[in-house]
Amino acid sequence: MKINQKLFLQFGISIIFFGLIGILINNLTINLIRTGLGFDFSWLLKPASFALAEHPLPYTSSDSYAWALFIGWLNSLKVIVSSLILATFLGTLIGFARTGTNSLLGLISAGYITIIRQTPLLLQLMFWYFVGFLGLKDNMFIQIKNIFNISNKGIELSGLTFSSEFLALLFGLSIFTSAYIAEVIRGGILSVSRGQWEAFRSLGISERKGVIRIILPQALPAIIPGLTSQYLNLAKNSTLAIAVGYSDIYAINDTIINQTGRAIECFIILLISFLLLNLLITNAMEIINRLILKSQRYD
Amino acid sequence: MRRLVSVIVGLAALSAGCATTNQDNSSRLNLIKNRNELICGVSGKIPGFSFLKSDGTYQGLDVDICKAFAAAIIGDSEKIQYRPLTAAERFTAIKTGEIDLLSRNTTFTLSRDSSGGNGLTFAPVVFHDGQGLMVKKESEISSLKDLANKSICVGSGTTTEQNINDAFESASLPYTPIKYQDLNQVVAGYLQGRCSAMTSDRSQLAAARSGFKNPKEHIILDDVLSKEPLAPASDGQDQKLADAMRWVVYSLISAEEQGITKSNIDKKVQIAKNNPQLKPLRRFLGIDGGLGEKIGLSNDFVVKVIKSTGNYGEIYERHLGQNSEVPIPRGQNELYKKGGVHISPPFN
Repeated sequence: MKINQKLFLQFGISIIFFGLIGILINNLTINLIRTGLGFDFSWLLKPASFALAEHPLPYTSSDSYAWALFIGWLNSLKVIVSSLILATFLGTLIGFARTGTNSLLGLISAGYITIIRQTPLLLQLMFWYFVGFLGLKDNMFIQIKNIFNISNKGIELSGLTFSSEFLALLFGLSIFTSAYIAEVIRGGILSVSRGQWEAFRSLGISERKGVIRIILPQALPAIIPGLTSQYLNLAKNSTLAIAVGYSDIYAINDTIINQTGRAIECFIILLISFLLLNLLITNAMEIINRLILKSQRYD
Repeated sequence: MRRLVSVIVGLAALSAGCATTNQDNSSRLNLIKNRNELICGVSGKIPGFSFLKSDGTYQGLDVDICKAFAAAIIGDSEKIQYRPLTAAERFTAIKTGEIDLLSRNTTFTLSRDSSGGNGLTFAPVVFHDGQGLMVKKESEISSLKDLANKSICVGSGTTTEQNINDAFESASLPYTPIKYQDLNQVVAGYLQGRCSAMTSDRSQLAAARSGFKNPKEHIILDDVLSKEPLAPASDGQDQKLADAMRWVVYSLISAEEQGITKSNIDKKVQIAKNNPQLKPLRRFLGIDGGLGEKIGLSNDFVVKVIKSTGNYGEIYERHLGQNSEVPIPRGQNELYKKGGVHISPPFN
């Protein structure tokens, strides 16, 4: 009897739920058609007729809109992955400095976190771009034996060029996110009881070895979920690329909306692209999390 | 799976939010009259066209066009709510009904005007512009060819972006576009030396240059990359509003052709009233013919418009004339009688 009631309730709720979604979608389609904005994706195959400053794969303005969007997605991926690595590295360093025994380092990292966390990301990106990189004048560049070359056009490193737009975004995103990651790491480390520290010290294990072998493995389960959400934030924040002239998927979408007038379709594509990206990050982190938990059970 | 479902729910909820506008089928003209306020989309960032002054008022040619519409539709040129819009937002703002009409440096093109494209309708051109390039004098760049392999700062999501590409591609010159969403960022990028040149409509280049520390150190190249007829726009499905807008713009041009100005309009009305033989003037000023009613306006809409903004020449002189802050020679924006391209069809 009880189970039947429960089933009935769930069944009812699902009917209401899907009915509601159906009404909403129906409402959307009808209104789109009424305003002359009915769904149409055929424009995706037409030539984009705009150039891009940065493209990891060959691209010309006679390529299709779909290809331009894919190039934009790759550009996004490029900046997200590299910021993710840099931010994790920076964040870990600062997180440890904050919790370590060196009080000067602790103070500096606390100041860093405070400043970075209390200013808006957009402002920081603008700062890195307009003050940091474009502030370097054309003729005022640092050059070391044609290997390393920095000017307001960007950085050239033995044949590899990074535009100042990419670098501003990379620095801005990494530094902003690193402050949050540092706090996540600190939280994780503090969750390990003090007894553990005292235990490995009294056993004569060196500080470095103790942190890596004893403390970190116990802190990781508390760190990973927080870290995942910071990574997701980073991916989403990368759309601020448009403020510093980097051709990420959002910026390219913006151009395409203006050329084709297909705002709804473009936003759906944008949503799906980010969904893919973020599901990728979430699932990768989940796998890492599971591996860590598993390895600890055997230890 | 659970994640996927939650995404679908989110999407549906979002779609519900944007699906409820434009419900009634009647013209927006009645909506504006009932609301007793015109919602006009402008840029707000281009001196001479639409610019937010320190006293909180919008001023410029595009703003005066809004005022002319408000005077004609509502009878009061001050009953306007201005909506500053970016280039990317402007068309969606019309289609979703967030604004009544757009008066924002918008280039009149086939794709934008067609039902298969952006689905808008354009009023007559209020400013004939062309895309140009601005470079620093010291760079010694004098033509498009000198810009090969250089970076060029450009605003994204505009016809500008396509035109610069067409120009360089047809001349087989490689270049790097650095795209910003906002004209202010284009200017900053150019002034900071990220690009060798910046490109935009020549009027906007002139307006931007007027704000530089040393305007004389920058030159606008002679190359004109495109025709940029700038015109107000409205929803393509609303014929009534489009008709009203079209003839309000023509009334400004026609008034200049006939020498009717803000200061002599009252006198002209008197003359028309006293002289039944002046048929064209009587029709134009709404004494005979009932022309205004045919486009959903009052018969004397021309009088209201000229009283509030003056004719086209007066508007131009006020914002872009020799003594204004952004002087742009009238050139092709003169009346056809004086060698320009502005002409009004007859008010019959």
